[in-house]
Amino acid sequence: MEKGNGCCFSAMTSNPTILVLVTIITVILTRVLYIMYQSGKPLHNTAPQSVSTLIVLGSGGHTAEMLNLLSMLQKDRFTPRFYIAAATDNMSLQKAHLMEKSLVDMTGGEALESAQFMQIYRSREVGQSYITSVVTTIIAIAHALWIMIKIRPQVILCNGPGTCLPLCVIAFLFKVVGIRWSSTFYVESIARVRRLSLSGLLLYKLHMADQFFVQWPQLQKKYPRAHYVGCLM
Amino acid sequence: MGDSDDGIKSERTVFVTVGTTCFDALVKAVDTQEFKKELSARGYTHLLIQMGRGSYFPKKSTGEDGSLVVDYFIFSSSIADNLRSASLVISHAGSGSIFETLRLRKPLIVVVNEDLMDNHQSELAEELAERKHLFCAHPQTLFQTVASMNLESLLPYHPGDAAPVAKLINRFLGFPDD
Repeated sequence: MEKGNGCCFSAMTSNPTILVLVTIITVILTRVLYIMYQSGKPLHNTAPQSVSTLIVLGSGGHTAEMLNLLSMLQKDRFTPRFYIAAATDNMSLQKAHLMEKSLVDMTGGEALESAQFMQIYRSREVGQSYITSVVTTIIAIAHALWIMIKIRPQVILCNGPGTCLPLCVIAFLFKVVGIRWSSTFYVESIARVRRLSLSGLLLYKLHMADQFFVQWPQLQKKYPRAHYVGCLM
Repeated sequence: MGDSDDGIKSERTVFVTVGTTCFDALVKAVDTQEFKKELSARGYTHLLIQMGRGSYFPKKSTGEDGSLVVDYFIFSSSIADNLRSASLVISHAGSGSIFETLRLRKPLIVVVNEDLMDNHQSELAEELAERKHLFCAHPQTLFQTVASMNLESLLPYHPGDAAPVAKLINRFLGFPDD
């Protein structure tokens, strides 16, 4: 064993390209693992004044649940707010806009200025062929990257539409590279009782959500790092 | 006049909604003679169907011969009024219409669409049926469900809220509890 290791090591030192490559990969891996380790930890620096917040909406119940959650969060803490929905979904942003407008009516003028609404391309529409979806996926990722570079949110709130996945991955990469430290909160949809959605499963397994919430006790048993918070609806 | 007043008072509507989906199997299941007879026998007078993207149009009926009054529409910006005036709701398994109906404390039968590719929605309907907040059926078992259901056995649903999540998020970010 030892001999084999030594042999391998000498082979590596004899080839500087491999050595550099191995070093770079080790550094990146260490950084990724460090970020994963740090991500789930509460921020214990002094309480921030306010945090820029990206809110991912989605049809099929996601938006209703998200707006329910927002109704419980202090708007002066979570400001400015960036609402994002799929380009094919025209109802969600409308609903968010209505909610923000009702805030303005209540507080008198300030809230809506701190809210922005934007649409994002979806990587794949239902029934789209796989060949064209390679292209559309690349476009969707580029668009998500552009949006994230513009916003650089401190907080991401999402609850499961597929559009949240690239945004969360990019937010994680920003942490790795050191562009922006952000906290991602993922609330699995109430419709998921026994199994996580694909977005939820990936974010859980990859440790990309700082806090992961589920609305049914069965899921918490299966995914012990998740927090069970009861039904939001 | 007096007659029509009585008629309005005793109006009992079954409201069927498929949301924005295409769910012909459900519309067909409620449009059978057998099913409509069963609804009449149970004291329902009207059947209103929101049929969505489906291509199957149910037969309208004015109910002149004393049978069920049947009407349908395709979409509506809000079905809140339809839900409110219904005595029984038969819905697709979308979480939006499920919770909207439960909040109004209306008896609800959720019909699961087996044609959907990723059919995670049956999870929610089955869980809520197990907790006795609604009945869960499939298009081919809907008649049986209605024929054997006992509305008294349903328990009211107490809506949850996002306060626990909000608290955890605030704590995580270092905001003080109020």
